[in-house]
Parts: sequence; C-alpha cells; structure tokens
Amino acid sequence: MSHIDLHDSGAVVIIGSGAGGGTLAHELTRRGIRVVLLEAGRRQSTETFSQVPGEAFAQLTWLDRRTQSGNWGVARDFPALPVWHCKTVGGTTVHWTASAPRLQPWELRARTTYGNIGGASLIDWPISYEELEKYYEIAENRLGVTRRNGVPGLPASNNFKVMYAGAKKLGYQQVHTGHMAINSRAFDGRGYCIQQGFCVQGCKMGAKWSTLYTEIPRAEATGNLDLRIESMATKIEHGADGRVNAVVYRDNHGKEQRQQARLVCVAGNAIETARLLLLSASSKFPQGLGNTSGQVGRNYCHHITGFVWGIFDKPVYSWRGATLAGVVEDEVRNDPRRGFVGGYRLELLTLDLPTFPLVGLPYGWGRDFASIMESYRNLAGMFINGEDLPRSDNRVTLNFAVKDDHGLPVANVHVDEHVNDQAMRKHAQGQMSKLYDAVGAKRIVLGPTPPATHNLCTARMSVAPRDGVTNAWGQTHDIKNLFISDGSVLSSPGAANPTLTIVALALRQAEYIRQQMRAHRV
Amino acid sequence: MDDLVNLNRRELLKTTTGLLTGLVVAGSPLALVARGRAWAVDLTALTSTEGTKLMAVARTIVPHDKLDDAAYAMVIKAIDSDAGKDESNRKMLKEGLAALGPEFAASSESDRVAALKKMEFSAFFQAMRLKTVQVLYATPMAYVYFGYEGEAFSKGGYLQRGFNDLRWLPEVPVEDGGPLPVSS
Repeated sequence: MSHIDLHDSGAVVIIGSGAGGGTLAHELTRRGIRVVLLEAGRRQSTETFSQVPGEAFAQLTWLDRRTQSGNWGVARDFPALPVWHCKTVGGTTVHWTASAPRLQPWELRARTTYGNIGGASLIDWPISYEELEKYYEIAENRLGVTRRNGVPGLPASNNFKVMYAGAKKLGYQQVHTGHMAINSRAFDGRGYCIQQGFCVQGCKMGAKWSTLYTEIPRAEATGNLDLRIESMATKIEHGADGRVNAVVYRDNHGKEQRQQARLVCVAGNAIETARLLLLSASSKFPQGLGNTSGQVGRNYCHHITGFVWGIFDKPVYSWRGATLAGVVEDEVRNDPRRGFVGGYRLELLTLDLPTFPLVGLPYGWGRDFASIMESYRNLAGMFINGEDLPRSDNRVTLNFAVKDDHGLPVANVHVDEHVNDQAMRKHAQGQMSKLYDAVGAKRIVLGPTPPATHNLCTARMSVAPRDGVTNAWGQTHDIKNLFISDGSVLSSPGAANPTLTIVALALRQAEYIRQQMRAHRV
Repeated sequence: MDDLVNLNRRELLKTTTGLLTGLVVAGSPLALVARGRAWAVDLTALTSTEGTKLMAVARTIVPHDKLDDAAYAMVIKAIDSDAGKDESNRKMLKEGLAALGPEFAASSESDRVAALKKMEFSAFFQAMRLKTVQVLYATPMAYVYFGYEGEAFSKGGYLQRGFNDLRWLPEVPVEDGGPLPVSS
C-alpha cells in the first residue's frame, strides 16, 4: 500500500469501499492511477467477523443516527433504523446475501415501458441493456456468479425445497437456487460455500464475494492505493473554476484532514452520498454539489420488500444453509393486468435468533406471538424484491434539527409509498401465501418491510440534466471531475438485487475515467 | 452462562440493590447449559421487587412456559444495566412499574395481559418488548429451547450437518439446485 500526500493534487479520491467504490479503486489502481480510498468504518477480516448475531450487527452496521418520515412501514416498525447497510471496509458487500441477477432490458426503459404514471418520476436510463451487457459479463466472471459461464448452482437447502415444491405447484417455471456471487466450488483463491447460513454476519469462508477480500487487496497490491480507514468525508471542496479539488474528512483520530484531489468519486451508499453532496454546499453551489437540477437526494428507491413465513407440521431448519439461495423469477415481467407495473422476485430468506423476531416479526406479543416463535424449527421463509416507483418527494434531505458526532446535520429519509408499490406487495404476499398453502402450511404469517438494504437512485443518471444528477458514466452534469459510483446512480431500481449492476457500472465508469484523464478532459 | 452466577459459590456484591434467584430445573433448557443447581442475577439499579415485576412483564410479553426463569432474568439484568447508566431510562421504568400496580406480578396471566394492553403504546412497554426480544432469544437457553443451532463455521458449516436433510417434500432436480461441492 502506498502513501499519498495530503497535498498531492494528482490523486483520485474515492469515498466508500463497497461494491462501487471498492471495485472502482481496483479498476483505477490497476491502470496505474493513484487512489486515496476513504472508508468511514474499520477493517474486519474473515478471522475477526463475529459469529454472535448481535455483535456482528454492531461490528458491521452503519449506526450513525438518521431520521425518517413518510407512510412506509419502516418508519413505524423501525423508527431508529430506516436503512440497514454497512460501515466497514468492503461496505455492504460484507453483509450482503450475494444475490446477483441482471436487470432486464425493458427495466432500463422504465418510463417508456410503464408510461406516464401519476405520482411517479420515472425516466429511461441513458444507457441501453446492450451497452451494459458487456460489463455484466465481466462482473459475473469477476464475482464467480453461479449459473453463469458454466459455474454450477448452489445445492438446494431445506428452506429452498419448500419454496421449490410450492412454486412448482403454482406452475412457476423459473425456480432455482439463484444467480449467486457465492462459490459453489473453489474459485479465485476462495473456498466453496459450506452452508453456514451466516451470510449477513460476514462470510468466514470468504466464499461470498466481497470487495473486502477481493478488489481491495488487489488494489493494494498495485502499490497505487492509499486506503484510510475510520475516515469520514464531511465535505467536498471546489475551486473558483467550479471543479472539485479536495475532500475534507475526519481521520481515525477524529482530526480534520484535507486531501487534495484531481477527481472525486462518491460511493458512500445512496443515503450518505446524497448527504455529502448536500453538505458540500458553497456560495457557488448553494443547493449542494451536482445539484443545479435539485435532483440530489430525490427519487430515493429501496425496493418493495416484505417477508412471508410459512409454518409446517414438520421441521425445516431454515437457518441451515446460504441465506438467500433460492428465487422464483416468473413475476419479473411488466404485466399491468396484475394491477401494477414492474416486476418482482420471490427470494428465499431466513433469519437467525434473535434477528428473526427483531426484524421478521417486529410487532405482536403474548401467546400468539410466542406460538409463532415456538414453531421456529418448522418455519420456512421468503421475501420479495420488487421494483418500487421513483417519486420526486421520496428523498434524502439534511435534518438540521439533529446533528451527528461531528456536529453535522443527519440524513432524513422520507418515503411515501406509491399505490403501485402497495399493489405489488399485496400481490406478491398473496402469491407467497398460496405457494406455502400448496405445500400444506398450517399457518402463514406476513412479516413487515424491513429496514432498506438496497438504497438507490438519489443521484440518478439521466439524459437531460434537469432529470437527474449524472450522465451515463456517473459523471455529474454540473462538475466534470465529480463522479458518483454507487447505487445512487441507478436511473430506476428494476427488480434485480442491485450489487451486480453497481459493479458493472463501476467497471464501465473506470474505463471512462481513465480515458477522460488521458485526454486531459478531467 | 457466565452471567448467571452459581448461587452456591457466591457472595453479594457491594453494589447489589436487588437479586433474582432460582433453581435449575432438571430437564429444562437451562439444565443443559448450566453448571450449578441454582442461579442468581445481581441487580445494581433496581430492587428485587422491581426485578420480579419486570420478569412478570417479560413473561407476559413472550410467554414460553417451559423456558427457564433464568432466561427471563437475563432480560432483567440487561434492563437493570441500562437503568444504571441512564437516569431518564430509570425514571421511565419506575413510572411504568408504578402504573402496573403492586399486585401485577402475582396476578393471573389474563389480568397481566389486560394491564399491559392498556399501555401497549407507551415508551415503557415498547422498550420492554424490544429488550425482551433482543436479549431472551439470544440466550443459550433460548437456542436450546427453540432448537436453533447458531453459528456453524466452527463445525464446518451445515454442509455435512443437515442443510438439505428435509425428506417430507420431493428432492429438487440437480439442474435447479446444484451438485454438492467436492474438495479438490
């Protein structure tokens, strides 16, 4: 690992080391570009991951305060935790459950496909599926995604056997153990999945892809990376010419530092990315950086989610095995006859103790609640991952009434669900209930919408600068040397778990940045 | 179970303000994980009476009849520790306890449910529910009771320990699942 001087104005500064930032850091450093990678969290490893669920949660989760508002269930059920992502080297790739599907071609043409829907702020992506496809292929090879490139699927777990049997009885065709970034066999110097079921606590086998032990050490090995942990970016500064030239951050001793930069890439997860752009307001950019359009923080999407638990007469032991290795993909289509636009996936899911009652059943008490808990052995689980509609007023803003440890306003997350979102969830929970009924469930329990783990679209790509924050390469419309490199740039969420798309876009962005730097355009 | 002191070999701490105690019942989840025959939990902010009443609250929120009192006592220990650190928290607890009245712990389950129902949306109840769920279901006693096997990395995962042992439904064709991995 190299040391880059604070006054070195030739460096690229990347903020955040997750799927977007970690991948971009590797892609730039291997092309000879010197990168300072600022990560707010600490560095864990497969050795240090805690296997006590509560401890693991505290070890990995971004727990700095946020506030929230709106009519979504999360505000009622999880008031202190609107979103659940990581604050650690590797970002949310440390706790993700590694589902890595692609978006569908028509999902990238959301406005054209779904039409003009009242109360939504849909746009088409500025890139076609055909343009993205090449990068999906590279990403799938890099991550070792199952059921692609001849990589076998993961073997079926007990929980998946229940899902599979029910799905087949309902006539679903596309049912399998998923396109997972989890090794079904040894690959890339990492071992195969031993079905621990502790994906969310950090995979101690390293069988699940994470930038923590793939992209980041490779970036370090180039000699071009200066990774600074426990370094929280608080402001991006610019010069009189309107180009960004430095990032102010608190270092691991709590001391304020200022790193000069030739180019800045923000990849702090859609909540913190939007917050940092807003916190960086100046006299030249009073609404925040990249925000001439007023779109920074708007159109926040998080995917429609919701658990369904099926209780059976016989044991399932759902906790044994890869957490999310199972999917029904038949509902990923746009068929307005179902009562909503957009599609959804049914995805396998299980939760440990005590996470199951904390996140999967956050309300209820007494004998009825206890009787569900008494059936924990006999319980199978699923949830949905569906496309939510972007809305202009579903947004991340600064809450000036609540300050963080540095005295800066925290992010407020506001979500009012669109009727389309509610219709989709109802349809999906109905299908999941039928699925479990078909295999003899004696009781079906509908769970809540959990804190959002997919945080998207708050600095979206757009053809027209007025509709978004960046162009098709994540380069802000306003400032040529300011890039967004995480899920914030998705123009719409689609129904695919977002990590593979974030990686594909980061791979594509790295090529563009290299080319622009060579041509001295940035 | 290091938090549960073996009652036979203990001395009262100087800071003790209250005490919860019980016996290890043969065949109970605790019996499988405990070392001694009796258990005790020291309270350092709450009195024994308050602790006992909070135990009754926790048991009413999540009634698992065959789960040891010791598991519920772990919840009270955590609540006691929070109360010791934060005066406003202690005040909220005292007010909640006062609202429940002196007979709460000794009253019937239906009366306890009715009393809690009246304060379901209070900060006291919400805090009690959350803490009870958080702590109770993370205890080794609860793991035994619910059959939850917990982390498996130290035992080689569930790959050889039943991740696919369900036999009451058809097997998944290998093309929709995948082959078992083999060491190379």
